[in-house]
Amino acid sequence: MSTPKPAGELLSVTGLRKHFPIRRGILQRQVGAVQAVDGLTFSVNRGETLSLVGESGCGKTTTGRLLTRLLEPTSGKIVLDGRDISHLSMSAMRPLRCDVQMIFQDPYSSLNPRHTVGTIVGAPFRLQKVRPENGVKRAVQDLLELVGLNPEHYNRYPHEFSGGQRQRIGIARTLALKPKLIVADEPVSALDVSIQAQVVNLLEDLQDEFNLTYVMIAHDLSVVRHVSDRVAVMYLGKIMEIADRTSLYERPMHPYTVALLSAVPVPDTSRRTRRERIRLQGDVPSPINPPVGCRFHTRCWKAQEVCKVEEPALAELAPGHRAACHFPENVGGSV
Amino acid sequence: MSHIPEDSLDSGAGLPFLQVRNLRVHFPTDDGVVKSVDDLSFSVERGKTLGIVGESGSGKSVTSLSIMGLHKEGAARISGEILLDGRNLVGMDREKVRLLRGKRMAMIFQDPLSAMHPYYTVGAQIVEAYRVHNKVAKQVARKHAIDLLARVGIPNPKSRVDDYPHQFSGGMRQRAMIAMALSCDPELLIADEPTTALDVTVQAQILDLIRDLQQEFDSAVVLITHDLGVVAELADDIMVMYAGRAVEHSTATDIFNSPQHPYTWGLLGSMPRLDRERSERLQPIKGTPPSLINVPDGCPFNPRCAYAGRNGDLSFTERPEFRDIGGGHHIACHLPTEDRHHIWDEEIRPKL
Ligand SMILES: Nc1ncnc2c1ncn2[C@@H]1O[C@H](COP(=O)(O)OP(=O)(O)OP(=O)(O)O)[C@@H](O)[C@H]1O
Ligand SMILES: Nc1ncnc2c1ncn2[C@@H]1O[C@H](COP(=O)(O)OP(=O)(O)O)[C@@H](O)[C@H]1O
Ligand code: SF4
Ligand code: SF4
Ligand SMILES: [Mg+2]
Ligand SMILES: [Mg+2]
Repeated sequence: MSTPKPAGELLSVTGLRKHFPIRRGILQRQVGAVQAVDGLTFSVNRGETLSLVGESGCGKTTTGRLLTRLLEPTSGKIVLDGRDISHLSMSAMRPLRCDVQMIFQDPYSSLNPRHTVGTIVGAPFRLQKVRPENGVKRAVQDLLELVGLNPEHYNRYPHEFSGGQRQRIGIARTLALKPKLIVADEPVSALDVSIQAQVVNLLEDLQDEFNLTYVMIAHDLSVVRHVSDRVAVMYLGKIMEIADRTSLYERPMHPYTVALLSAVPVPDTSRRTRRERIRLQGDVPSPINPPVGCRFHTRCWKAQEVCKVEEPALAELAPGHRAACHFPENVGGSV
Repeated sequence: MSHIPEDSLDSGAGLPFLQVRNLRVHFPTDDGVVKSVDDLSFSVERGKTLGIVGESGSGKSVTSLSIMGLHKEGAARISGEILLDGRNLVGMDREKVRLLRGKRMAMIFQDPLSAMHPYYTVGAQIVEAYRVHNKVAKQVARKHAIDLLARVGIPNPKSRVDDYPHQFSGGMRQRAMIAMALSCDPELLIADEPTTALDVTVQAQILDLIRDLQQEFDSAVVLITHDLGVVAELADDIMVMYAGRAVEHSTATDIFNSPQHPYTWGLLGSMPRLDRERSERLQPIKGTPPSLINVPDGCPFNPRCAYAGRNGDLSFTERPEFRDIGGGHHIACHLPTEDRHHIWDEEIRPKL
């Protein structure tokens, strides 16, 4: 069951797939599958933040739900802290729920409106039958304080809080059991910019204090650069490029990454004319019938014949920097 | 007294196409009166884009719905003036406003599905919008719809014209709504968070489209968003709103290069930026926006402002006047000029 664990590595994912079957007719015969996640391989070290970025529908949330085992993978392997959790049953997974937690995108719908903040943040203790030293109430109040909320608000209901405060409640709940890994699905995208900065700083402080490991799911590339140590760019269920933050932002190799970065609007009017833009045409194709060869070839300005037939491997083109492209950018120079 | 930065925003020739003067929109509710928009003034000329930025709840959408005459009858108390090409829309007969809507002014919303009917084809809805104002045969209108869909970049418009909205992707729906809004060549286009729900790549396409169309039709555009990056792409002038009021208004270049209001500083400091070295830490604004039922006395920003203590009691007792600090740059803040320049140069600019 146990796999040897390399020093520093907390999470290791190999060939991870999730295909959602599409069924039709009275017999519910399977007529196809949504290839939401289609062969991901990556690892995350202790205390580090890996971000998953990409356009809507590329499989980020599905990946997050697989890592936290809210979903069962179609195939592939997830090893957490040396333990293979890919196909653990609900009951076998329960003790591990303390180690992996998820923060959800929508602070409005992820909290039960009929429960008090105390009940919500204290729920993990009850579910896991954990008895904190000084009682649940005290533990919850400590958590509220930790995330910058007033401990006296223990008996209030979610609707009495603003979006940013609700996200803090969600974070407090997540921290209750001192998890090793937190998967945060768009934790700040529903928040206003001034509040977003507060929550980003809070997540960073908590990481420093408890040596937390984050898998951050996000689509805002400016926020991602700020929070991440490493970044994986996804497209149609696959990783197109993965690298440390600096290499990815300064020397993006995959044409899709280059296009994404060039589309980010920056608050500087003098850039309007100077900036060289790559405009992608059209939309992301359907994950039910993804393009063969390179999945990006229908929108790529560098595509050649080979791209339509041969899928490029996710190859290490510089130390720690992998990209899946037949004609990558920014390679060469020193070897 | 008018707050319109007359000299800077009027080109001299004729009046701006849209002028909003001392607009107030209040909603009486069980909990009290919600002062969603309070004494707001601005103007937009043909061929120009005004960007309105502010956090959620600052009154941006209420402002645009007032201009379009889309508030439910009786729900909102509206006062002040909204002059469209010189004619006041406040208090105008609703039917007359309805006729202006679509013909002379149009709006694009954040959520295209809310503006489109799910049971009619995209083409049928554009035809309908066009024929309200143009008495032409159905076939002519259909041809017009196909041309518009092609113009906004829908592939295969001849066949897609017969699709239903749900058959379009998010980006295509946004394009279709723009096509609908443009069916009668409106002179004023209000885009309320037109790209907020879209991916960056599609957002870039839509912003390009709005820019091209504006140049083609020479329309006045009001672009509403909470994203300073988006306004930087398109806006000539920018108005920053807080708690239902304008706190700063100037050219886009001024707002980004020499902002003068503490709230604008806060917004700029909060956002991580790709065009700068990565900062170790973001500089958030403390606290949260106020309830519009109980707006703080004095300056509405005072509970969150790091400089509120620098003006004696003024920030807590007296509402700062929205005034011209030179060259049409308007702010509402009590900080003395010298302090303001000093804070900007020494404390804020080096950190942005
Ligand atoms: N339960 C499901 N059944 C069928 N298809 C699904 C299911 N869940 C997700 N999908 C599909 O899988 C793909 C990936 O979805 P996912 O939610 O992971 O995207 P995402 O990257 O998180 O997108 P967003 O940025 O919009 O949140 C999409 O095409 C989605 O429609
Ligand atoms: N019909 C209404 N009745 C009462 N309050 C309203 C109504 N419409 C908007 N508001 C309030 O007005 C304020 C401004 O809203 P809005 O203009 O939608 O903000 P935004 O700047 O996010 O677009 C908010 O506090 C909102 O709750
Ligand atoms: S493999 Fe070809 S189509 Fe794919 S990203 Fe590279 S150049 Fe573009
Ligand atoms: S008036 Fe006072 S509280 Fe308001 S922005 Fe200026 S310094 Fe801050
Ligand atoms: Mg998602
Ligand atoms: Mg709005």
